[in-house]
Amino acid sequence: MKTTGAQLLTRLLERQGVTTLAGIPGGANLPLYDALRASTIRHVLARHEQGAGFIAQGMARVTGQPAVCFGTSGPGATNLLTAIADAKLDSIPIVAVTGQVPRAMIGTDAFQEIDTYGLTIPITKHNFLVRSATELLDVIPEAFRIAGSGRPGPVVVDVPKDVQSETIDFGTLPEPGRPDPPPRLDGDIVARAAALLTAARRPVLLVGAGVIASGASSEVRKLAEKASIPVAATLLGLGALPHDHPLFLGMVGMHAARCTNLLLEDCDLLVGLGVRFDDRATGKASEFCPHAKILHVDIDPSELGKIKQPCVGIAADVGDALRALEPRIDAANREEWLARLAHLRAAFPLAMPGGDDPLQPYGIIRHTAALVPSDSIVTTDVGQHQMWTAQAYPLTRPRQWLTSGGLGTMGFGLPAAIGAALAMPGRTVVCFSGDGSLLMNLQELATAAEEDANVKVILLNNAHLGLVRQQQQLFYGRRYHASRFLAEPDFAAIARGFGLSAWNLEDARDPLGTLAQALGEPGPCLINVPIAAEKNVYPMVPPGGANRDMIEGETRADDRH
Amino acid sequence: MQTTATEATRTSAILSLVVRNHPGVMSHVCGLFARRAFNVEGILCVAVGNGTHSAILLLVNEDERLEQLIRQLGKLEDVVAVRRAPHAGAAFAAVASHLRSSTAS
Repeated sequence: MKTTGAQLLTRLLERQGVTTLAGIPGGANLPLYDALRASTIRHVLARHEQGAGFIAQGMARVTGQPAVCFGTSGPGATNLLTAIADAKLDSIPIVAVTGQVPRAMIGTDAFQEIDTYGLTIPITKHNFLVRSATELLDVIPEAFRIAGSGRPGPVVVDVPKDVQSETIDFGTLPEPGRPDPPPRLDGDIVARAAALLTAARRPVLLVGAGVIASGASSEVRKLAEKASIPVAATLLGLGALPHDHPLFLGMVGMHAARCTNLLLEDCDLLVGLGVRFDDRATGKASEFCPHAKILHVDIDPSELGKIKQPCVGIAADVGDALRALEPRIDAANREEWLARLAHLRAAFPLAMPGGDDPLQPYGIIRHTAALVPSDSIVTTDVGQHQMWTAQAYPLTRPRQWLTSGGLGTMGFGLPAAIGAALAMPGRTVVCFSGDGSLLMNLQELATAAEEDANVKVILLNNAHLGLVRQQQQLFYGRRYHASRFLAEPDFAAIARGFGLSAWNLEDARDPLGTLAQALGEPGPCLINVPIAAEKNVYPMVPPGGANRDMIEGETRADDRH
Repeated sequence: MQTTATEATRTSAILSLVVRNHPGVMSHVCGLFARRAFNVEGILCVAVGNGTHSAILLLVNEDERLEQLIRQLGKLEDVVAVRRAPHAGAAFAAVASHLRSSTAS
């Protein structure tokens, strides 16, 4: 079969099941775009490559399948870096295909030449510089296999322009790349884990992104309910159990409810499931769960013992491990431990001041959640609004919650929401953002309008970099600097300028009615919600501090606002 | 000097890697050590087999983070095998003596 490298690449993407990809064309990937014209794949034109990368992430996060973004050489590739790094830290499978200058010009500082391979080594699971069109037959299936295997992650495929144009003759197309089977479970270690769990009197399960990636929510629930074990989640583990499950403790760590962090202080066994003991979750790691042994399950063996030394560490798929473990665990009522949980919950609940007021952080989040369909998807940007949403949004299922955890990238929310809307047509996607974050990828409003993506941007607008302001207040003697925006854009007018419908709740006579009307209309919209700059996220563990040392967030303290 | 060589073997470790041989593999291996702030004291690398693979010996400090580094090395796609090679010190000694005599001349 005769074909060009670009046509072959496109064909291989189709065979991988790619139906939609996001990108921006440029000099060094024009052959790819020429081939894409004739393809069944729908191309979504982003307005910045970082937007394309996060659109791909949005698709990957809601489906669990590797998603694709395109960028040209040079600035196209460097603009993708943040989205790729974000995917690495949150273990999201994406394949970024970049154009590169022709082979003969590599290393000559040619126009728009950059060492994409070198730049992406530390932020990818693996990367390729394709040296001939024939290599694509191996590289593309490999890229998808690697992105989706074990602990998922991003893969970069850098393709010189002349490789895209090269005509080759080949026999048969390779099979699409599929994830490797998970590692085999060692029966002895499962027995040791079962013994550890059976001996524990005050166990807690801590669920992370690995539970979502593994699709192991029902296994977690089964074990927790059978043995009456409370379940806490990392930021990326939210949704693994419904928010209102009696055993669910919500998010752990820097902005957890007091009762959650306090219960972990008391536990004698922490079962980490698909977690990597990130510092925002553990606080000072040496003082995290100080009385607990650790049972750690993660598919990435290098995570076992990286931060916390486990008594038993299992390098396995979380679902496999739980299916093997659960039959070995006896049912238990654990009355004393659950009574302790009930006591802490009653004494130290999450305070949500203003939870009824649509012009306050918790209120706008709770009201929005009540107004959108239950199958809606939620994305956030990064900052105060992200933590408020993590605390207050009633999440009910895995892959409902898309947020930038590890890298904490402002600008994630809008393009990720577009990606989610493209992958799940018919669903409502709510993007909670802040005025600082939204500006970092504002240009993607044009993409949302063009695609008529069903994205509802709820802008919690306090004219500040709010979490910076909060830290300056609490830890830098109220010496505020560079955290306030003096120019306050009219975001509703801007959104209308991009072709979205937009509302300003500040001006609304009936804010709740306006919110309902805005959320009820199909297509993209922006809802600007003025938020007082003094509103802080509580409780808060000071950076570097132990999780037991939380600032504010008690019901009494917060009632002052 | 005999004494320093003995001290070195007490605090050093040698890792033996088999990697796929293509441009960029060395960046993957060395970059991993660099970004985890782990110094590499010596590197030896030769092509093996029919040139599809390379064998690398790394002379590194023996400290409590080394096990983590070995696991991270194992995750690199181009690293086919990684193991400790405690008896490979002679290779570094031979190269060291060669380099010392060539820089002295």
